[in-house]
Amino acid sequence: MLKRLILCSLSLGLIFSFAGCTQKSNSNRQAIHIGNGGEPKDLDPHITTGVPEHHIIQNLFEPLVSKDPRTLEPVPAVATKWEVSKDGKKYVFHLRKEARWSNGDPVTAQDFVYSWTRLLKPETAAEYAYQGHYIIGGKEFNSGKLKDASKLGIKAIDEHTIEVNLVNPTPFFLSLLYHHSLYPVHKATVEKYGAKWTRPENMVSNGAFKLAKWEMNKVITLVPNPHYWDRQSVKLEEANFYPVDNLDTEEKMFRSNTLQVTNEVPLEKLPHWRGDKTGVFQNYAYLGSYFYWFNVKKAPMDNKNVRKALSLAIDRERLVTFVTKGNQMPGTMYVPPGTAGYNPIPRLPKDLSRLAEAKQLLKQAGYGEGLKKLPKIELLYNTHEGHKKIAQAIQEMWKNNLGIEVELVNQEWKVYLDSMHTGNFQVGRMGWIGDYNDPNTFLDMVMTGNGNNLANYSNPKYDAIMEQAAKERDASKRFKYFSQAEDIILDDTPLMPIYIYTRNYLKNSSVQGWFNNIEDIHPLKYVSLTF
Amino acid sequence: MGFHYILRRLAVMVPVFFLVVAMVFFMIRFAPGGPFDSERQVPPEIMKNLEAKYNLDQPLIVQFGMYLRDLAHFDLGPSFKYANRTVNEIIAESFPVSVELGLLALVWALIIGIGAGMLAALKPNSALDYFPMSFSILGICLPTFVVGPLLVLCFGVWLDWLPVAGWNTWEDRILPSLTLGFAYAAYISRLTRGGFMEVRNQDFVRTARAKGLTEGQILLKHSLKGGLLPVVSYMGPALAGIISGALVTETIFNIPGLGKYFIQSAVNRDYTMVMGTALLYFALIFVANFLVDIAYALLDPRVKYE
Repeated sequence: MLKRLILCSLSLGLIFSFAGCTQKSNSNRQAIHIGNGGEPKDLDPHITTGVPEHHIIQNLFEPLVSKDPRTLEPVPAVATKWEVSKDGKKYVFHLRKEARWSNGDPVTAQDFVYSWTRLLKPETAAEYAYQGHYIIGGKEFNSGKLKDASKLGIKAIDEHTIEVNLVNPTPFFLSLLYHHSLYPVHKATVEKYGAKWTRPENMVSNGAFKLAKWEMNKVITLVPNPHYWDRQSVKLEEANFYPVDNLDTEEKMFRSNTLQVTNEVPLEKLPHWRGDKTGVFQNYAYLGSYFYWFNVKKAPMDNKNVRKALSLAIDRERLVTFVTKGNQMPGTMYVPPGTAGYNPIPRLPKDLSRLAEAKQLLKQAGYGEGLKKLPKIELLYNTHEGHKKIAQAIQEMWKNNLGIEVELVNQEWKVYLDSMHTGNFQVGRMGWIGDYNDPNTFLDMVMTGNGNNLANYSNPKYDAIMEQAAKERDASKRFKYFSQAEDIILDDTPLMPIYIYTRNYLKNSSVQGWFNNIEDIHPLKYVSLTF
Repeated sequence: MGFHYILRRLAVMVPVFFLVVAMVFFMIRFAPGGPFDSERQVPPEIMKNLEAKYNLDQPLIVQFGMYLRDLAHFDLGPSFKYANRTVNEIIAESFPVSVELGLLALVWALIIGIGAGMLAALKPNSALDYFPMSFSILGICLPTFVVGPLLVLCFGVWLDWLPVAGWNTWEDRILPSLTLGFAYAAYISRLTRGGFMEVRNQDFVRTARAKGLTEGQILLKHSLKGGLLPVVSYMGPALAGIISGALVTETIFNIPGLGKYFIQSAVNRDYTMVMGTALLYFALIFVANFLVDIAYALLDPRVKYE
């Protein structure tokens, strides 16, 4: 009996150790394995909206102008050069003649005209169609008011020249071109397969890579596009994106060498990885701002002094140190510093140094000691452990510092969105990731009537400054306008910044050419592995 | 078991099916928020385009009619969230994975559960009883999200014997199915023990014992059928639950199964996907219970279906 038991366990051990051997591909292949958060909704650049999708799409398709991942400066991609008119409203792009689709077809000016028209077509129902609203006629065509696509401000002069006419001088237009909604798609493929054109067996793309495999909730595999004009720069033989939504699983996959790059680090493991000396832990500022909206249509948030008092009475430094713990930057400003070279001055205190002023403001509003008590405030957030911890900390700060009672209300994601969008809240959580690398993406949504202005805030002075900024071509003058705009909203306080996002993830030291930048873009064209 | 019985079961199912379709359809529509609400509010003109594309601009009752019409052709519609997939495709891809995981887990659960339960029933109130039974209490108490990561940490990270996640090779199947099977094994062991304890004192067992058979022979030959009856009736809901309710296991091991859609589709307000998963669950419960009834008729001579 004993003999049999020993034999059994021996053979079991043998099987398992054999299993261990076959598991990992540690051969010298240039194959990268990347944790990519969630399962992509689609890989159609005009349809998708999410970040995991963009991680993949930016390697499949190539825009007119791309970005250097080190500096984020525009670099030639499909276009080799371009001219901008004096008034900043007309761009002429010259396309490279050797640019090819993955089936060998040449990439032409007509491809871009077709693609941008497709983005704007009402039937496409693209959520990001508004990235095309900068083009003359874009908005009207998208809403169906303009029927004739030839009236759009985009023209193919010849096979390899495109002229784009914009409504306003849009200084960030070249940066915007990196947004996936403005990538080209292959007309014949899209028209032949309809919604199914993004399947691996159908897709034709023009980027450094092409789609080889897409197994839902399992893996998406890219291989180099043999017809890509800069094929010799592409070092990777294969790139695999895994939709791992469980952060613990992702971290274990990294530790067992199944992944070389993760998407995130679990919060409770941050202290451990931060202390790690091997250099795998990555941490840097990200183009995102976490803040609370104050609904200015709801008393007592209609009172500017109340809002400002609340914003001055939180200790942002303590919050990022003891609550969020991810090396975030205290939200003493609204626009993330470093956004396209814009560096806002910190207008809000990171600690409680202006608490006296906050109390004074509250008194001016008619509340506080000896005056009437501020009614209980409702703080709304979507059900999530991280948001809850922050809300609890702020609840306590407001109670201790101003004696204000706060009720926390958490709602399921879509219910929360509904409440926020219909103005059914007093104070509500929001996180905003920039659509493009320019302060405008954060500031224009606070303008009167903007769909994302959930505070329902309106200040003609602010709108006027933002409109001037939209017309200004000189970068330093524009930034001055943005600075003035920030002055206004951080004083009027329709929103209260809490922290500036950081990206935390793990990267194996074998991964080369993967640069950290505020936009969090890592084109795999530059990436290789060392062994 | 007559043909009539099967027909009657089916006939009862039809109105229940329609009730389920209607209830799920309207309940999810009345939940606040829609499939295209996101942190970035889309401009009204774009929202209009989206609603038109998915026929959400039609009156609700018209939409319901359209849904029923498609359903009659076994077409569950396009997914609202995964734009280039239909619900049929998503289910066709992920359901076999869930079935495989579920069946493997069930095999573990039955082997461990029945084994432990019979062992315990052999000598009640002895160490042979206490040890597996306290183990099973542990199994019932420890949730999957504790057992799973623990197994991964031991066998995947520290010992490096088995993959930590994925669903490609047969090694990938071991830890997830064990994790999922563990909780069910615990229940099954207690049910088995209970079942056998009850049979133990019945007359036919006493007769067998009087004939001089050993306890082991009695257990295997005489009380097996009767002793397993509680397990069999538990198998119906367990089968449906283990196939559809493996969300946690699927998340821990990153398995492309159906479990996550049950929750995610509702969270996303992916209307068609919600309908698809609900109807699938309905079918699963129906089929599983049906199979249990048949098994009962085979095992228990007292049960007859007319």
